[in-house]
Amino acid sequence: MLQVEKVSKSYRSTSVLTEVTFQMEQGESLGLIGESGSGKSTMAKLIVGLEHLDGGQITLNGLDFQQLRGAELRKARRHVQVVFQDPWASLNPKLPVWKSIIEPLENYPDVVPSFLKGVRNDKRKMAEILLEKVGLDRDFLERYPHQLSGGQRQRVGIARGIGLQPNLLICDEPTSSLDVSIQAQILNLLKELKKEFNMSYLFISHDMASVQYMCDRIAVFKQGVLVDLFLSKDLFSDTRHPYTKMLVQATVER
Amino acid sequence: MRFVYAFFIKTYLTVMKMKNWPPTALLGLILLITIVLITAIGPLLIPNDPYMANMAERLSSPSLTYPFGTDHMGRCIFSRIVIGSQATLGITVLVITTVILIGIPIGLVSGYIGGRVDSIVMRLADGLIALPEFILAIAIAGFLGPSLTNLMISVVLVKWISYTRVVRGIVLSEREKEYVLAARVGGCTTWRIITRHLLPQIISPVLVLATLDVGKIILIISSLSYLGLGAQPPAPEWGAMLSDGRPYFQTFPELMIYPGMAIFIVVLSCNLIGEGLRDKLGEKSI
Repeated sequence: MLQVEKVSKSYRSTSVLTEVTFQMEQGESLGLIGESGSGKSTMAKLIVGLEHLDGGQITLNGLDFQQLRGAELRKARRHVQVVFQDPWASLNPKLPVWKSIIEPLENYPDVVPSFLKGVRNDKRKMAEILLEKVGLDRDFLERYPHQLSGGQRQRVGIARGIGLQPNLLICDEPTSSLDVSIQAQILNLLKELKKEFNMSYLFISHDMASVQYMCDRIAVFKQGVLVDLFLSKDLFSDTRHPYTKMLVQATVER
Repeated sequence: MRFVYAFFIKTYLTVMKMKNWPPTALLGLILLITIVLITAIGPLLIPNDPYMANMAERLSSPSLTYPFGTDHMGRCIFSRIVIGSQATLGITVLVITTVILIGIPIGLVSGYIGGRVDSIVMRLADGLIALPEFILAIAIAGFLGPSLTNLMISVVLVKWISYTRVVRGIVLSEREKEYVLAARVGGCTTWRIITRHLLPQIISPVLVLATLDVGKIILIISSLSYLGLGAQPPAPEWGAMLSDGRPYFQTFPELMIYPGMAIFIVVLSCNLIGEGLRDKLGEKSI
């Protein structure tokens, strides 16, 4: 479904990604792990076409986002949605929650996700259903982001992400700015939703434990280079890259 | 049209929350409302025809017939100030509306789309900002020739740039925020992002900037009229009245004091409101 081939990206003279190659299958979840500045988030932006790459190719369902422009790019983006890192910044502070949630659905009026059949013209009803999917009740519809806690906001962000029933949901460190107790709830929610909708996850994190909990495979980035790619169950195998072992060690010690 | 509504609704809501305003801002608001009321019902208030010269009564002291006395042509100063407020305030409102309607769209496009449009607009802005806006307004008005229309054009030409800069600055910082990225990923068109996500963020700073600017614009208009570049005699306008009174400054200072006070009160009330709004809406940067 997703093919990333020899992707390179640099900002001015600093190289952020160097010849990164990996594939993803429908329904699979892949974890991207690495330290801050290792190019994980840039990878996410490249996949959704928010940035241009310098070399290589990314195709999603056979579509090359880098080649698409304007209306075509917009059309293609319905297959991939993003849950952002910072739930304080990812919702428009001047819009009530329900408007943020159904915005993607408003932008793609011809997309009818299976769980929204029959109510596709009722915006509030759709927002209500989506809120329910992420464990929030209808009282939240009219609230503004500043009236919500971090965990609730991230749930709203997830509701927005799943609204179009995308093939791929990119989670860019969805739990890193939340309290530990809330982190687990959000991870469990993402896991349930994945099962329900058969979405693929590209799960970006610097937390080895949550990546291992969430993902089938793990890709390790070090300074823009993909150093290790393996099945989650092989995390503690001896054949791991030394850098991966170091990350594991750091997690255990903490 | 939606943006115009949004602007007015925002203004209305801000006014409704006034009860915890600082008293200075309330004073400014009361002053301004009074002045606007006087302007609106001016023709009913005036005791004399503001254009009627009466050389027999020239330079007379305040009396029941002439509350503020008469000028060098024997015209009623009070009537002229009341009627003159229509010119001064009317032009100011027109100018500020035009400036906002020009400055906001250019700032939005320049900031969000960037690229060549942005470079051109910003080089133009740098060029304009290098010169003092007042000198520039005099130059443009002088070049176009003395009339009220040309006066308005010159003020708009020097003023739009500061709105564009403020709007562009806000857009530049907002467009990298995750909610804008989320909107792009969620399939919003550029138009929709600008109107739905960016425009609401700039309404309150622009509101503050506009109220603070009203005072400055009144001063520019009056100054240009004082220099003979704006309202033409015998039309009553505060700046032009100041100019007319100048030769009599030492013997009859009232000719300059009354229009001067009128300008002072309006500018003061606008600045008081503007500062109150700035503190209330938390726009510290302006």
